Amino acid sequence: MSAKLRSTISKVAPRVGIFVLILAVWYCVCRFTGIPKFILPSPGDVIGAFRDDWRLMLSHARVTLTETMIGLFVGILIGFLTAVLMDRFALVRKTVYPLIVVSQTIPTVAIAPMLVIWLGYEMLPKIVLIVLVVFFPIAISLLQGFSEVDKDTVNLMRSMGASRMQIFRYVKLPNSLGHFFSSLKISVSYAVVSAVVSEWIGGTEGLGCYMTRVRKSFASDKMFAVIILISVISLILIWLTEVIQHACMPWEKAHYHHRRTIE
Amino acid sequence: MAVLEVKNVTFSYDGVNKILNDVNLVLNDGELVCLLGVSGGGKTTLFNIIAGLLEPQQGQVLLNGEDITGQSGKVSYMLQKDMLLPYRTVEDNVALPLIIKGMKKKEAREKVGAYFEEFGIEGTQKRYPVELSGGMKQRAALLRTYLFSAQVALLDEPFSALDTLTKSEMHRWYLDVMDRIKLSTLFITHDVDEAILLSDRIYLLDGMGGLTDEIVIKEPKPRRKEFVLSEEFLQYKRDIIAKIYAGKTDV
Ligand SMILES: Nc1ncnc2c1ncn2[C@@H]1O[C@H](COP(=O)(O)OP(=O)(O)OP(=O)(O)O)[C@@H](O)[C@H]1O
Ligand SMILES: [Mg+2]
Repeated sequence: MSAKLRSTISKVAPRVGIFVLILAVWYCVCRFTGIPKFILPSPGDVIGAFRDDWRLMLSHARVTLTETMIGLFVGILIGFLTAVLMDRFALVRKTVYPLIVVSQTIPTVAIAPMLVIWLGYEMLPKIVLIVLVVFFPIAISLLQGFSEVDKDTVNLMRSMGASRMQIFRYVKLPNSLGHFFSSLKISVSYAVVSAVVSEWIGGTEGLGCYMTRVRKSFASDKMFAVIILISVISLILIWLTEVIQHACMPWEKAHYHHRRTIE
Repeated sequence: MAVLEVKNVTFSYDGVNKILNDVNLVLNDGELVCLLGVSGGGKTTLFNIIAGLLEPQQGQVLLNGEDITGQSGKVSYMLQKDMLLPYRTVEDNVALPLIIKGMKKKEAREKVGAYFEEFGIEGTQKRYPVELSGGMKQRAALLRTYLFSAQVALLDEPFSALDTLTKSEMHRWYLDVMDRIKLSTLFITHDVDEAILLSDRIYLLDGMGGLTDEIVIKEPKPRRKEFVLSEEFLQYKRDIIAKIYAGKTDV
């Protein structure tokens, strides 16, 4: 038990330590250089901003989160369907794959204003943007997982009389989950950022709009506060993704221990 | 009575180089027959044809007289690698053939659970394949092959990945189990001793895509413990090795 505690401490201590160090440096810079608050607010100022404005921030956060979740959900769905079709039909893969690779070179920030012009100031353009950002890594990683399956494993399934659907369900799908979740973890933070960026461009609600407002009034303490809030939201979503991943891939633990003992 | 017959099967991957050339083979009910031959001789290819995963250019595969050429799902097949799916627990791996046939997961688990003890892997139900030893994985894969419960089983080098001690332990266990379940089995190996110890009959690959005459092992089953050390055993071994060289097959 104490050995376990010690190993936990040795794992956590460096992480906490670096944060404390950064905070201390930040505090000292503000405290001893007399730098103006609107250029660099101190940690205390930022905490104050949270205290004053948390209700407002949370209500904006709710809007941003709603967009993010809907966008993620739809993006995953479309990415999944695209991957399945590309895996099943060579023609679809040959035509669609280059198209989506090229589409990824278009910068998100550049199409966001167009989306607002086309789709208005409500949630829709934001969700569409998130979908565009998310579906690509999901589709590509799933496709990779589907096509990476061992030929002999498929032969084994066929020898047991498995249908194409059963091979998909029992071999291809579980085989691609690892890739899927790694790309989902990246997609989740992209989705949050995309939501915020699209809110800068148009609309009246969401953390992006809140950011635009506080920037215009030079409330740097609130700006810092909302940036931290966005990071925290991303972190929580990534953590949630990991929780779901562990639930979906119960074998990972055994594999992890296996690798550890080999090393 | 013949359960499985391979008739005049010829096969080539590229249309030029004949891997199998006019192969004929018979497996009788309850028999354990071994295919012995050099690496790259086409043994796995022949199994893939019998299992319906490949279609021969010529010839037929008959199961109880019925033509099953090119049809998969008719015989139990244990592939050369043990091939347990890494993301399924051992019991879910073993239950896979039942689940594919449409049985509910829970029911399938209950059904396969009853065999774990007999196959010497009791207690591994909820574990993952990576947590098992080589011998245990092999047993699990054999159990899965058995539970597919086709009339005929194809085993492609089931024991060749095991160390010598584990292997001879598995041989004894396998003979014991086969004595009870009497499954008609075709069996591939490189190992002459293994072939003699386990089989009722042995086919040798002649190195030119065909099979030589079969060698019948007359030793009754269950095989006595000293069989491997007996003069008869050595005589079989001498014959086989002589035939392999006579057929200019290089081992
Ligand atoms: N999918 C394939 N495409 C083309 N050639 C193949 C393929 N599979 C096997 N071969 C060739 O066919 C020949 C026979 O292979 P096969 O795997 O049947 O041999 P084997 O007797 O099972 O050998 P081993 O004892 O090493 O398993 C080999 O020369 C091999 O290179
Ligand atoms: Mg082989």
